[in-house]
Amino acid sequence: MIPELGHFALALALGLALVQSVLPLAGASRGNLLWMRSARASSLGQLLFVAVAFAALMRSFVVSDFTVRNVVENSHSLKPMLFKIAGTWGSHEGSLVLWVLILVAFGAAVSLFGANIPERLKARTLAVQAWISTGFLSFLLLTSNPFERVFPPPPDGNDLNPLLQDVGLAMHPPLLYVGYVGFSIVFSFAVAALLEGRVDAAWARWVRPWTLAAWMSLTAGIALGSWWAYYELGWGGWWFWDPVENVSFMPWLLGTALLHSAIVTEKRDAFKSWTILLAILTFSLSLLGTFIVRSGMLTSVHAFAVDPERGLYILMLLALSIGGSLALYAWRAPMMEAGGLFRPISRESGLLVNNLILAAATGTVLFGTLYPLFYEALTGGDKLSVGPPFFNSSFVPMMLPLVFVMGLGPFLSWKRADLGGVLQRLRFVAALSGLAALAVWYVAERGPVLAYLAIFLAVWLLLATLREWGLRIRLAEVPLGESLRRARKLPRAAHGMTLAHAGLAVAIFGFAGSSAWKSEEIVFVTPGSDVSIAGFDVTFEGAKRLNGPNYIADRGTLTVRRDGAFVKTLYPERRSYPVAQSTTTESAIRSTLAGDLYASLAEPASDEASASGAWTLRILYEPLVNFIWLGAVMLFAGGGLSLSDRRLRVGAPKRPSATPAAVAAE
Amino acid sequence: MVRLLALIPLLIAIVFGAFFLWGLNPDRDPSELPSVLISQPAPAFDLPPVPGAGVPGLAQEDLADNDGAVVVNVFASWCVPCRAEHAVLTRFVDEEGVRLFGINYKDQPEDAVAWLENLGNPYERIGSDLDGRAGIEWGISGVPETFIVGSDGTVLFRYVGPVVGDEAVEEFGIALAQARAVPLQGEGS
Repeated sequence: MIPELGHFALALALGLALVQSVLPLAGASRGNLLWMRSARASSLGQLLFVAVAFAALMRSFVVSDFTVRNVVENSHSLKPMLFKIAGTWGSHEGSLVLWVLILVAFGAAVSLFGANIPERLKARTLAVQAWISTGFLSFLLLTSNPFERVFPPPPDGNDLNPLLQDVGLAMHPPLLYVGYVGFSIVFSFAVAALLEGRVDAAWARWVRPWTLAAWMSLTAGIALGSWWAYYELGWGGWWFWDPVENVSFMPWLLGTALLHSAIVTEKRDAFKSWTILLAILTFSLSLLGTFIVRSGMLTSVHAFAVDPERGLYILMLLALSIGGSLALYAWRAPMMEAGGLFRPISRESGLLVNNLILAAATGTVLFGTLYPLFYEALTGGDKLSVGPPFFNSSFVPMMLPLVFVMGLGPFLSWKRADLGGVLQRLRFVAALSGLAALAVWYVAERGPVLAYLAIFLAVWLLLATLREWGLRIRLAEVPLGESLRRARKLPRAAHGMTLAHAGLAVAIFGFAGSSAWKSEEIVFVTPGSDVSIAGFDVTFEGAKRLNGPNYIADRGTLTVRRDGAFVKTLYPERRSYPVAQSTTTESAIRSTLAGDLYASLAEPASDEASASGAWTLRILYEPLVNFIWLGAVMLFAGGGLSLSDRRLRVGAPKRPSATPAAVAAE
Repeated sequence: MVRLLALIPLLIAIVFGAFFLWGLNPDRDPSELPSVLISQPAPAFDLPPVPGAGVPGLAQEDLADNDGAVVVNVFASWCVPCRAEHAVLTRFVDEEGVRLFGINYKDQPEDAVAWLENLGNPYERIGSDLDGRAGIEWGISGVPETFIVGSDGTVLFRYVGPVVGDEAVEEFGIALAQARAVPLQGEGS
């Protein structure tokens, strides 16, 4: 009964979405306030119904209702409760329900919290949002019903892929989706602005909090996914340039560009059509990601079950939404008048360089990701794969100048800036960065030139960012109390920028350290074997068999010593899941800021050897790797600070609150 | 002019869309790989040794006249699964006396040497395929890939991806045992 209710709720939500696609739009063009305001009720109604459907699906997983096909295929009665709940979004259908839930939640949030947005723009935005939800709700109902029943019900389920039974990964899709799908509302704002034919500073200000919120979630989602890959896959890497990683990374890159170009539109009324284009493209890349993951177009470790019919449906949705919005853009964008002028050396130019580099980097990642497909199509069936060497040699060098400009940018003033003066102020920062890079070169024996350059730029960015903050609060120029008072009065967005930029600098230390100075040992061990790595002596004490709730584990015991002194005992595990017939590695990590000592058990050395307790042991030392996650946390917190800025809450260019009479007269 | 510029994103999107439509063809399986080499002679290639690795290079002739089946493994130091596979291949060499040849694919020689020094070198010969040319001849789709080549230089088996994990090792082991059971072939191909 409850699954049918969930199915019915989806159908009701589709009905509301159809109404919301048309009525507010008609209201906006005819000046009918009642029609425009209908979007509020219908967007809240959509949220309610989709939430009911989601809850119904989740209940089926919680109580292990094996009459529902989706539960049978993705759950098991012995699974821990957390993973039963996470199983709700572990499959194609379930994750799509989550996708739509977040989509309609953003629509409802705009109608609830967007009190300062003019009625017309809000009505059009919500109508566009409803177009998207119409597309995806119909996709769910027509091709991917999550509530399909099976008869007769099997006694137990097939289990969720054990790799995915992990707390980090249970939380990864929801965060990633909030980011991905959150850009939908920015897209809707952009299309609504194109329909209105007007983009101004106020528009950029209304869009900014939504962009920030989506960007923050995407940052958290990507970082969590990368952290998961790091400790769960047992390879010790944190980024593999897998197509599915790339498709989550591209909206992040372009979303970052959008955040910055929207600042120019807000403050200087410039870059208007570029900002609109970025808003459209960012969400288009999110949609592209959804398409690639679900169509089986590219080979990837993450892909869902493949179904060409679904792929075709999403491609059609893509054609309508991306093609339609870009056609609208091609028609309307040339009519937008250009805004404030600026000199080649100015903050505008700095942000332009930021945008060009981020856009080019996005293009590079997109090209590298899709090249295997293009190649296959053009050569008539030949296949190849594009691996980390391509991305490392194209993407990384592209980002380095960006980091350099990031250090300078905040010092530049709007319209025209004095580059000489800025460089003058930063000469100590540059000297210190150079010294830091030299010091690293002296201490760490070997490493690629790129790594030293990265260290130089990370120090440069960190110090320049702190220096800029210090200048703003006139640190050391006026008494400390006065500086603190200034810091309190500084807009939170300024603190947010400082924190986020410093966060990227911190993350670069992590990227460079763990890529360039990683050490790795893969050895066969028997009880009593010793391995030395990065100053640690690791002794393998043996492996023991243990039983978990739905798995059997071999747990190794490693004693770590440094200079003879005991440091820590590590317990890497190798788990096999009999129901799902697969194995996972649970690595054991000794984490410090200086670096991670990372151990994982690979397969037994051979059959006879496993009887005598011999294993393949992989031990890595990844210097500075935790700086990556620390930097991600700072990026997230910086976004949060900026989001809490007073100007976004109050909406400075506030118009008199739109009463019915006022709008009718407009 | 502005009008034309504003059209560019749409045109690019249409081109992408056309590729995607082609890619959705239900007969196309992106994970299926053409195995044109099976039962064919190994392709013509001639690779120099990896400087500093201490083993000779690899060419087609080295595969043409052997006493039994040999294994050709395509690897690179930047490839993470290759590291996992390295232990398995080393075991085949040490325990079963397999003759293992390597193609070092798109890899800087110094990186490859460091990798081999770190993990050990089970390879009898290693050809340095810096520009990926031999990789194209062999039709590889990525690294690692492992081929079993008969005593007369005929490619008998291809394994895509790392030979790691019980199933993969079993599949590869069976193929290897069959290849080695075949007596010296006189008929040629």
